[in-house]
Amino acid sequence: MAAKASRVKLASSVKLNRRKFLAAAAVASASGVANPTGTAAAPQAEQRLPSALPPNAHVAAAETGNPPEPASRGNGTPGSDFMVDVIKTLDIKYVPANPASSYRGIHESLINYGKNTMPEFLTCMHEESGVAMCHGYFKATGKPLMTLVHGVVGLQHAAMSVYNAWCDRVPVLIMGGNDLDAARRAPGVPTFHSAQDINAIVRDYTKWDDTPVSPQHFAQSFVRMYKIATTPPYGPVMMALDGGLQTEPIRQDGEQLYIPKYFPSAPPQGDSGAVKEAARLLANAERPVIVVDRLARTPNGVSLLVELAELLQAPVVDQGNRMNFPNTHYLSRPANVVNQADVVIGMELSDYWNTVNGFIDNGDDGLGRNVAKVKPQTKLISISSVDLLTKSNYQDFQRFQSIDVSMPGDAEATLPALIEAVRSAISSDRKDAMLKRGDAIRQAHAKGLDATKQAAAIAWDATPISTARLVIELYAQIKDLDWSLVSTSGNTSNWANRLWPIEKHHQWLGASGGYGVGYGAPASVGAALGNRDLGHFSVSIQSDGDLMYAPGVLWTAARHKIPLLAVMHNNRGYHQEVMHIQRMSNFRDRVANIGNDLAPIGTSIMNPDIEYHKLAESMGWWAKGPIVDPADLGPAIKEAVAVVKSGQPALVNVLTQPR
Amino acid sequence: MRFVSLPFLFTISALSALVVFAAGIAVLDTAVAASAEKGKAAFVQHGCWQCHDFAGEGSIATSNGRVIARTALPLEAFTGFVRMSNGQMPPYRPTVLSDEELGDIYAYLQSLPEPKAPSDIPLLNSNVRSR
Repeated sequence: MAAKASRVKLASSVKLNRRKFLAAAAVASASGVANPTGTAAAPQAEQRLPSALPPNAHVAAAETGNPPEPASRGNGTPGSDFMVDVIKTLDIKYVPANPASSYRGIHESLINYGKNTMPEFLTCMHEESGVAMCHGYFKATGKPLMTLVHGVVGLQHAAMSVYNAWCDRVPVLIMGGNDLDAARRAPGVPTFHSAQDINAIVRDYTKWDDTPVSPQHFAQSFVRMYKIATTPPYGPVMMALDGGLQTEPIRQDGEQLYIPKYFPSAPPQGDSGAVKEAARLLANAERPVIVVDRLARTPNGVSLLVELAELLQAPVVDQGNRMNFPNTHYLSRPANVVNQADVVIGMELSDYWNTVNGFIDNGDDGLGRNVAKVKPQTKLISISSVDLLTKSNYQDFQRFQSIDVSMPGDAEATLPALIEAVRSAISSDRKDAMLKRGDAIRQAHAKGLDATKQAAAIAWDATPISTARLVIELYAQIKDLDWSLVSTSGNTSNWANRLWPIEKHHQWLGASGGYGVGYGAPASVGAALGNRDLGHFSVSIQSDGDLMYAPGVLWTAARHKIPLLAVMHNNRGYHQEVMHIQRMSNFRDRVANIGNDLAPIGTSIMNPDIEYHKLAESMGWWAKGPIVDPADLGPAIKEAVAVVKSGQPALVNVLTQPR
Repeated sequence: MRFVSLPFLFTISALSALVVFAAGIAVLDTAVAASAEKGKAAFVQHGCWQCHDFAGEGSIATSNGRVIARTALPLEAFTGFVRMSNGQMPPYRPTVLSDEELGDIYAYLQSLPEPKAPSDIPLLNSNVRSR
């Protein structure tokens, strides 16, 4: 104890300004002086224990006991108060986050100095949930949120959600607490949770990151990170927030701190010459096809795409990572229409190769084989902002596809110029042919709908409940509301896209981006948070495996009164993996070992079945289930809708067919 | 034609579930009943349900939208596809799935009830997108 007390006393006796310390450290480094404070070096090295050992009683006490007295208090404005001033200039409404000691300074400033408004702190039970809530919120509202994470372990928890946001081109502002100053940070756990460069954990899948070392540096970097994140292509950004920078008073030396004003950047557009060439190809094509994935950043993107499609009388394939095109429009067509195309224009595609090629996971060697979907002479056009931002390590850029006319740029921003160029390029003798093409597509669209209804009718009364029936029963209860389908984790055979009329931008928010399972539940809660403020009714189709990664987000929804209707697609398995193990067994001529379950060992979520309705109830949700008889499904959902309309979350646990 | 239908009870153990499957089949006649009964168990044991669902309704995601309930393929063509598939479905060779089991599965699929017409399902008419 005596040794500890002396160290605390030493710390409190050293009145060292942070920037002076950094400057001194730099001088010391340059001059070879290792002891800038001039204090005697304490002979403590022999007291250190190997870092691989678990925390001892002393270390545990440092984490669980009362913190030592701060080196100074009450002398001026804490750095984190100024940080809150900066944050408040950017209209950020919420901070969904899991609390952590490394950002205690800014946490305290947010709730006390900032009065817990703009932004409001929302308690999360996992950093993965905090980031995913920001992800879902942005897709519902078009506005970014920020989250706070603990330096090392918290950011490690958050990493998968950050990757999803990266792949889904969604801006999320992430700040991670970190105690850089090894000489002053608390020993033990806080030191375990510090790193030289926490941003390195997510650098491969963030647009930008920084580690500010002064309040003014923070102000510049925060506005910069906001601007970078919200300029297409959107993406998550990261800032390491030093503990000392948060807690130390701002130096009163006459320097005036300022907050840079934020002005949004204009999105990058495709080259004008390439736009004309693309328009010429499209206007003269016999069978042009438009394929889109994340084109419509805003509702205006939908309107522009409808205008282009009708101008060309060209079918539109919506790959669905955003709501790009109304599925009720006669030009909305399935993916296989590319097979006969002579010109394909792909806009904001996440995988162009897989749009015009296919992969069959059934090769003789068990490794699969490639097939071309389009003819060799088919001309390919691309507009994609993602071409402006490619990193090396993670393979989200997919396979390389040769493109005839490639335009790195934002597709929605480029569409007005492309539409005008197409209008100019269409000769009068082409217009009749285009109208005939449109009539043929209209007939095919109608036939396709009839076939879809017939497919949905099969196994209508089956138990477990068919995914078609699940989705249609759900729609029957929400169709008169201004609904928003915030997530479809798991796979329900795209029934919602195939049968629900999806005409508004907010009615479909797309998938996770990186297919990191565990996105569905927290992203749904985040989107429902945004929809609560916009007056939209939020509904999710929630899969079982996805929910169990971080079910604590259910508590967050109940705690903060976020209305969300979650209908479980409970097929009791990691079904993708169910099929993979069966496939491998077949390749190797072995009978798959299903143990005491229905699916190969290691892929089932049964015996015991998880009672998701009870799980939700335990965290403050209204819940019902398990629904086994399809006749019980509609009434259960109806009850749940009434609860959600009252402002509470509700869950209906439904036992379903696999897909 | 007589159909007998019992609910599937997947909340119990797999062995119990298989018994329930066997008891819950739809049968055409006595001769077919035996093979359809075994076929239903084989359909589960060999994982056919994973992509085609328990009632053979299939999925646009896992079986390219193909429905195998009451398949129109003759048994020989059905067998040939299962044995030689070079599409997304992995082939099942006789060492994994015997000819007898495959015949039973075929009988099970033929025994499934004819689906309702969409026009007979009110929810499918008033609650889906229109043309």
